[in-house]
Amino acid sequence: MLDKTCVHAFQQGGHNLVVDGNSGAVHVVDDQALALIRAVCASESVQNLNDLAPYLELNAQSGLGEEILALAEAGLLFSSDLTEAPPRPETVVKALCLNVAHDCNLRCDYCFASTGDFKGARELMSFEVAKAAVDFLLTNSKHRRQLEIDFFGGEPLMNWDVVRRTVEYAKAEGEKLGKVFRFTITTNGLGLTPEIDDFINEHMYNVVLSIDGRKEVNDKVRRTAASRGSVYEIVIPKFQRLVQSRGEKSYYVRGTFTAHNLDFSQDVAHLHDLGFTQISMEPVVADPEADYSLQAEHLPRILEEYERLAELYLERQGAGEGFNFFHFNVELLKGPCLYKRLSGCGAGYEYVAVAPSGEIYPCHQFVGEPEWVLGTVWKGLEAMGISDSFKDSHVLTKPACRSCWAKYFCSGGCDRHNMQSSGSREVPDELACEMEKKRLECSFYIQAALA
Amino acid sequence: MKKKHIRTLSGMSLKDTLKTGGCGECQTSCQSACKTSCTVGNQACER
Repeated sequence: MLDKTCVHAFQQGGHNLVVDGNSGAVHVVDDQALALIRAVCASESVQNLNDLAPYLELNAQSGLGEEILALAEAGLLFSSDLTEAPPRPETVVKALCLNVAHDCNLRCDYCFASTGDFKGARELMSFEVAKAAVDFLLTNSKHRRQLEIDFFGGEPLMNWDVVRRTVEYAKAEGEKLGKVFRFTITTNGLGLTPEIDDFINEHMYNVVLSIDGRKEVNDKVRRTAASRGSVYEIVIPKFQRLVQSRGEKSYYVRGTFTAHNLDFSQDVAHLHDLGFTQISMEPVVADPEADYSLQAEHLPRILEEYERLAELYLERQGAGEGFNFFHFNVELLKGPCLYKRLSGCGAGYEYVAVAPSGEIYPCHQFVGEPEWVLGTVWKGLEAMGISDSFKDSHVLTKPACRSCWAKYFCSGGCDRHNMQSSGSREVPDELACEMEKKRLECSFYIQAALA
Repeated sequence: MKKKHIRTLSGMSLKDTLKTGGCGECQTSCQSACKTSCTVGNQACER
């Protein structure tokens, strides 16, 4: 059996690349190989390996026929997909998103959390709830040794005392049970102080610093609650101080791009120019009515911009002053296994969010919506039907994803975003798909260029 | 066989990882710099 449906051939920056979606294989090919692969893909008569014979014979002398056959026989080209998901190894809850603050000192236009309150009361998580969340994680993680807690919100620094006490409690309790924690905190930076920096650097495995790029871009959508001052001018020096004192530890400056800055590669460049080398830039997820939302008409421009960003990336690498861009990181030799690629983000069963009330939700995107409550930190997970619905949703249950070459890199997109866009978790958002595919193409092109 | 026309950048086929994978040690992918785009492909195996 020969499967061509998920073979994707493309050209970028003078390189020819072929992705065999079913195996996850990525090949750099010459023009002759590209032509042959495209011809095979276009031919309706080629349905199995034997049908390749005429093409292989034509290309025997050059050795290309032999190379193609070897890859096909090794299951790395024209490979077939799984027909069903394999039995899943046992999963445990291994990570929490702790919404320590349902409040924020910014009022960003595009905030997914309704400027911090998740459409409910502005409130902070008590230490008692945070402690119970840690206990829930320790109990429900069973044999798993490494656990993760993200401090999120809203703005977690508004509840710093609880963050600090929760870290200390988790570490102490974890030690008794032979478990270790990785902590991450996401912050808008307003509340950073040297003392908080020191604690973050000592205890947090990763820190995500929210900033959109150039001052005029950032300040157009990110404003203080009092609408006073420039958020950019306040937080950039704080971020620079934190990053400088962080040494080799992980961090990301993470921006959101909108319809207001379709030239977002310039914002990435700007962040790099400010001294940040670990950069992420995500497309906004928004109500289509919002003036900043990304629309289908923006897509050609966005795809061009990702290509521009890839060139910028290579140019700066070549000059010896490169930066790391989150979406261009694709580990081709030691990437996640197929089980992981089928499980996706793990929301709803491996990774859950906890609200200040102690209620557990599938992830931060569902917080505040009563129909999505999975349980509480005291009673544990109770709505197993909801949890199982996340476990049972993956690329093999999503018809459009099954025939997409990007499926095992993308894992079917964000289920929440899918629901908001199409009404169904099984139907991904088209714009998100096109952007993801372009980011992957750029990633593979970069690896080809640097190899 | 010396390859002249095709250079493979990736490692083993994903199907082969069914034999070796599934330990569950990897980070849940919506953490860190994501939170919107489910970026399993941007992670590495932790083993």
